[in-house]
Amino acid sequence: MKFTEQHEWLRVEDDLVVVGITDHAAEQLGDVVFVDLPEEGTTVSKDDEVVVIESVKAASDILAPLDGEIVEVNQALTETPAKVNEDPTGDGWFFKMKIEDLSALDEFMDEAAYQAFID
Amino acid sequence: MGGVRDAAMHARIRPGEWVAMSGLLRTALYDLHLELGAKMVPFAGYEMPVQYGLGVMKEHLHCRVRAGLFDVSHMGQVSLRPKSGMVEHAAIALEHLVPVDLVGLKLGRQRYAMFTNDAGGILDDLMVARRCDDLFLVVNAACKAEDLAHLHAAIGCDCDIVELTDRALLALQGPEAAAVLETVAPGVSDMRFMDVAIIDTADGPLWVSRSGYTGEDGFEISVPAERAEALARQLLAHEAVEAIGLGARDSLRLEAGLCLYGHDIDTGTSPVEADLAWAIQKARRTGGAREGGFPGAARILAELATGAARQRVGLRPEGRAPMREGTALFAAETGGDPVGTVTSGGFGPSVGVPVSMAYVPVDLALEGAKLWGEVRGKRLPAEIVRLPFRPSTYKR
Repeated sequence: MKFTEQHEWLRVEDDLVVVGITDHAAEQLGDVVFVDLPEEGTTVSKDDEVVVIESVKAASDILAPLDGEIVEVNQALTETPAKVNEDPTGDGWFFKMKIEDLSALDEFMDEAAYQAFID
Repeated sequence: MGGVRDAAMHARIRPGEWVAMSGLLRTALYDLHLELGAKMVPFAGYEMPVQYGLGVMKEHLHCRVRAGLFDVSHMGQVSLRPKSGMVEHAAIALEHLVPVDLVGLKLGRQRYAMFTNDAGGILDDLMVARRCDDLFLVVNAACKAEDLAHLHAAIGCDCDIVELTDRALLALQGPEAAAVLETVAPGVSDMRFMDVAIIDTADGPLWVSRSGYTGEDGFEISVPAERAEALARQLLAHEAVEAIGLGARDSLRLEAGLCLYGHDIDTGTSPVEADLAWAIQKARRTGGAREGGFPGAARILAELATGAARQRVGLRPEGRAPMREGTALFAAETGGDPVGTVTSGGFGPSVGVPVSMAYVPVDLALEGAKLWGEVRGKRLPAEIVRLPFRPSTYKR
């Protein structure tokens, strides 16, 4: 698993990049009450705002970590946004994206580097 | 917005209320907050708990079903002591600053009031209790310095105005609040909503009012600062009681349809626009025994007679996306200029849906009417609904 400085995690599954937020980010956000997901099939550029998360405290956005296409979104979050808090690195994933070259993931932090980043 | 990491900075606190962490004041419960695992934030010049371990959502829900303890010691506690020795004279004096019937306020009772300005706007909202020798006022933390200056300038010749900085203020709110407080302060169960009393306890007297700002039955308790922590621990020792932070205090009062000063009311809103006409008793209205005689009376009495141009309303967004403070409202899905603005908004944990309060023109302020709020560039539908969003459970 790789990590961004925006507290997203990235995991490769079936040649797709699955994106969610870290335990640390979910804790900082507080209880999530609404998730606005992008349309499947949307082409995005790195740093585009693709997801909006509303917690009891505030609205925050999730940026596209890379250029690519959103091929699947986690529709379950629309009805049950609390999954983001319950299982941020599992059932609380946001979207899966197709990117040109999976080696682009190498630039991101590994778990040890991310731990050091948040400490 | 700038990513998840900024979320904590977006807490519902006005930018103007943020000050450097250094130089912040602390309440008598500061050490206890840290011990309880509170996340502390700067609020109105104080370092205050925004949430504890449970988090905003669970704290909110706990307060609605059992009991929650709040530290509201940042609020100003003021004793208005008539120089004549007759409380009636303090009531007459304070009526020059608020549109509320205080002469008619009975001993042992409390009323909601607001300081108005000459333009009919609201300088602050407050509670006024009538006691044997004084009027006891509780004012907002962010306004207390201006309130005190205002009181000194306007009625300082009639009253000694004493800020009680050596007292803490706790609120115990929720359906089990009365049973819990009764164990510490026998007799509080017999009080009615907005009663005030000095209750003797084993550790000394407490100033108790049966009131609060959550929509729940409950109490506000003024206690000498040096006894505050012991009292808080006594209350928290009950299994029913959890400590509740400012985050849940905000969502609780929003569901209860209660105004937050600096957001839903300010110098630009009149009491009639704010739907607070219920707080202006007959005696101060046109034809009343002491008609007018408060700042902004011309405008406020005219609005009471013929209505204001706009009004505070409840708003229920149709989907799950909250419409937060500042959201522009439109009369149609496309085109047109904004017709109003959201002044408070978020998710209501007990009602399970997003809720907002907003000001809209009176001709649009009809229950069931549809408006559109612009959220992140998209106009989303919302319905005007009756306030409060959740019925209050006061013991009247």
